[in-house]
Amino acid sequence: MADMQFSRELPLAGMMHGGPGVSISAAPEANRINLRAGDDALAGLSKGLGITLPKKPKTSASNGSRHALWIGPDEWLVIDEEGDPAADCAKVKAAHSAVDVSHRNTAILVSGPFAADVINAGCPQDLSLEIFPVGACSRTVFGKIEVVLYRTAEDAFRVECWRSFSDYAFEFLKDAARGA
Amino acid sequence: MLLIHCPYCEEKRPELEFRHAGEAHVARPADIANISDAEFAHYFFYRDNPKGVAYERWRHIHGCGRFFNAARDTISDKFLTTYKAGEPKPELVEAANENKAEAQKGNSAK
Repeated sequence: MADMQFSRELPLAGMMHGGPGVSISAAPEANRINLRAGDDALAGLSKGLGITLPKKPKTSASNGSRHALWIGPDEWLVIDEEGDPAADCAKVKAAHSAVDVSHRNTAILVSGPFAADVINAGCPQDLSLEIFPVGACSRTVFGKIEVVLYRTAEDAFRVECWRSFSDYAFEFLKDAARGA
Repeated sequence: MLLIHCPYCEEKRPELEFRHAGEAHVARPADIANISDAEFAHYFFYRDNPKGVAYERWRHIHGCGRFFNAARDTISDKFLTTYKAGEPKPELVEAANENKAEAQKGNSAK
């Protein structure tokens, strides 16, 4: 039998859009988990993941390539472009639920001085630096889809969306960037 | 756009992130198998429709995902307060009276 090799391609692989005020590109592949846990499991999970899970709404914590985003009172999105958070959670004994959503989600990186304005074309949240500072994150709406927004720098955002909506999200951002 | 205060996110968020989820504080009868049809109908179908303060369940579905309760004035459409699920109904007599007075003023002006 012929030797066959398979490689997985990201839904937005290689897509890029640049303009004077904003650049939009597909984020590199990453491992992600959706983590649900009660207060009594937090210490163990934080130790296992090597990151202190944030408890304050709209905040995140980072350690190297790993980022933990507060989504709800008992829910986090953990993103890691190098390590595998699901494997780390598997070693934790405390009761929790860690669902690997690496391939359900894909991400778009939006950066440049007009990044917030371009995202605001579809997102009703206040993205000013006072209200949505660097490191802030939130599940919210973008146009007609749900996204997780994460501010990685003053002028850079990571937009996490479901893969089947990624074309819509990318085209929406591209369209919004025409006005930037 | 309305801004709704989410008691779990501890800030006001745009209404697009929320979904209305019916009347709040509807207690499920403990002996639901034994109650009469009329009693069941009252629990299951009958809802208040007040002019003034209404207690409602809302869900921050595109945010933290949590259900919470809100007191909303059905005349002005203003949210008087929001509070976490499981917390008791807040006393809002003053706010209600104020709104009633305003409503009466509106009626007499007509």
